[in-house]
Amino acid sequence: MKRRHFLGLLGAAGVTLTTGTKAKASDAADVAGLPNAFGVLFDASRCIGCRKCEAACNTVNELPKPDKPFDDLTVLDTERRTTATAYTVVDKYTPKAGENPVFRKIQCNHCMEPACASACFVKALKKTETGAVVYDASLCVGCRYCMVACPFNIPAYEYNKALTPRVMKCTMCYPRIKEGKLPGCVEACPKEALQFGRRRDLLNIAWDRITANTDKYVSHVYGEHEMGGTSWLYIAPKPSFAALGMDEHLGTTPAPELTAGALTAVPAVVGIWPVLLTGLYAVSKRKDRIAEEEKKAAVEAAIAKASAEAEAKLAEELTKAEVAGKRRIEVEVKKALEAAAKTSEGGEDA
Amino acid sequence: MSTENTKNSLFTPFNIIAGVILAAGIVVTIMRFTMGLGAVTNLSDNNPWGLWIGFDLLCGVALAAGGYTTSAACYIFGFKRFHAAVRPAILTAFLGYALVVFALGYDVGRPWRLPYPIFYSQGTTSVLFEVGLCVFIYLTVLFIEYLPAALEWLGGFDKYRTVLIKVTMGLTILGVILSTLHQSSLGALYLIVPSKLHPLWYTPYLPVMFFMSSMFAGLSMVVFEGTLSHRYFHDKMDDDYNANYMDLQFAFAKGAAWIMSGYLAMKLIGLAMDNRWHYLFTGFGAWWLFEVVGFVVLPCYCYAVGYRDRNIGLVRIAAPWTVIGIILNRFDVSLVAFNWKLPSALRYFPSVSEIIISLFVVTVGVLAFRFIVTRMPIFYAHPAYKDSSH
Ligand code: SF4
Ligand code: SF4
Ligand code: SF4
Repeated sequence: MKRRHFLGLLGAAGVTLTTGTKAKASDAADVAGLPNAFGVLFDASRCIGCRKCEAACNTVNELPKPDKPFDDLTVLDTERRTTATAYTVVDKYTPKAGENPVFRKIQCNHCMEPACASACFVKALKKTETGAVVYDASLCVGCRYCMVACPFNIPAYEYNKALTPRVMKCTMCYPRIKEGKLPGCVEACPKEALQFGRRRDLLNIAWDRITANTDKYVSHVYGEHEMGGTSWLYIAPKPSFAALGMDEHLGTTPAPELTAGALTAVPAVVGIWPVLLTGLYAVSKRKDRIAEEEKKAAVEAAIAKASAEAEAKLAEELTKAEVAGKRRIEVEVKKALEAAAKTSEGGEDA
Repeated sequence: MSTENTKNSLFTPFNIIAGVILAAGIVVTIMRFTMGLGAVTNLSDNNPWGLWIGFDLLCGVALAAGGYTTSAACYIFGFKRFHAAVRPAILTAFLGYALVVFALGYDVGRPWRLPYPIFYSQGTTSVLFEVGLCVFIYLTVLFIEYLPAALEWLGGFDKYRTVLIKVTMGLTILGVILSTLHQSSLGALYLIVPSKLHPLWYTPYLPVMFFMSSMFAGLSMVVFEGTLSHRYFHDKMDDDYNANYMDLQFAFAKGAAWIMSGYLAMKLIGLAMDNRWHYLFTGFGAWWLFEVVGFVVLPCYCYAVGYRDRNIGLVRIAAPWTVIGIILNRFDVSLVAFNWKLPSALRYFPSVSEIIISLFVVTVGVLAFRFIVTRMPIFYAHPAYKDSSH
């Protein structure tokens, strides 16, 4: 069954997207989504841990020089992850004491349906038609939800920049593939442990290699289905991917599907609540109205009672006022009379 | 106490502690915005979210849920006798949300871009987008709901006040919708990480769990805050508030007990559906039981008995207990059970500066609350507007 063919490393012509699709049923999402997306196949059985890819990545992306030079292999003794100044790292694993070590290159896997991009609330991360997942620092708010979301723990952050921190991760050398060049790391690998090409072709290559050497390889292409598939694919020598520090329990659900349910609930909630609440409100309003009517009756009765009392009181007050008024008038009259009497006396004097 | 604080002496123990926290907070603020997050936090590439998200955002929003639970109870479900509790609850919610946004200003890399997701580039596939949008709109709604109290205090804005009062019903409905959405979407934030969150906490029901727990969190906060306010701002409260105060505490206790038992049932159904019982016999299982039995089952029982026996003391114990339980749950989801597969050396523990900022935020909230309730008609109806129904 020689229906698979080898496209080889795609050079300058690589970016012209061909239309002839022949894919296995298993990469349905791939075919439906980005039929001609590129990818990289990493073969752990070929990697010798020379760190040349790390050095190349550092150069092509103009990242700061590391503390220890790239030819210092003692670095491999500690497990590392990608950082803001290293888009890719190579780690060493020793499956069993005394056995030969195996190496794994770690970088962004450029997921087919990236968790990071679906998590970003300003679309600073996006999957491009080339397969690369790229980042636009001019949009990023720095919430770091992409870092939380990435199942592979890839994006890193410039924690020491006070005002303009960026999220940093492998770009699959997007600018270079646009120019028809190979990713820096792929170009630098002396052992062809890295292979660039169309993802669907890489899958075929990977499976060919596995079927040709069933004793040697784990019968699985990591990234074919993990989290809905990734552009970066891995094959590894036995015993397992777990021996290379890789999570074998990620499942095949693409990240956006994990939250889609919650998000589709939004329109439902928005639609139902007002109806429900207005209904409830109407019911409580009706209750209120009845209560209101009862209250009104009670208030009226109270007022009637109160006004009777009030009238009596008013009458009383009025009489009191009258008495007081009379007194005041009497006093005033008396005063006036006295004054008048005085004036007449004085008149007589004068 | 309030008069003593505002008039007689500035050097009360409360003010001294608050002053120290504020000063420390300002120092850390300067460091954060000159040296970056790395200088003041223990965040790392593996742990991009720490205390500021776990406490300031997740707990802040859950504990501010008293606003929507109370106003829904009063305006929508027609428990008019709780009317007096609405203003304090709205105020607490408004301050709570305002502080959440304030705290986010420390956590996000470029805080001046916080309006981007709403006005500039909408990442609609993101749960965080939904959270942001809801928080933004709800904060606006709460502000408008709170505004009449401020206007009554300032005086002379009767026309505007009348308009605002008229839209209250609509706003309340909007507020409840928004709360339902984003209380649950905070839980939905974690749906995207099935591989990072421990299976005892990761469930597709996370949004529902967060929503339900926000309801009893809100009720408990109203009871708890009511108890405290009763002690410290008693002189501010009018008869209407005081007359309904006990009733409210008991009604909320009953509500909380019911919702908590529903929540418990959901937790167990989640375990049973995915058959995760075996995790209970691990270290994380013990911690899960500590959270669920210690901070859901027991306070729920306390509430139920407190309600049945009309024992206000029990209710008052259950409220802060439940509040602590909510904080514990949010910490578990965002910090303890998150990244559970990472070796312990790579796990996160907050730095002193992060704790200082969280305390700082809470202190600013308490001070703002005190400032407002000692001046504005929150616990009492403004004499000039006594007859109006709001
Ligand atoms: S590996 Fe992580 S950072 Fe890379 S595309 Fe996938 S989710 Fe995004
Ligand atoms: S940190 Fe930036 S890129 Fe990542 S999710 Fe937030 S806004 Fe998007
Ligand atoms: S593809 Fe480019 S950015 Fe990514 S690891 Fe290779 S060299 Fe670095």
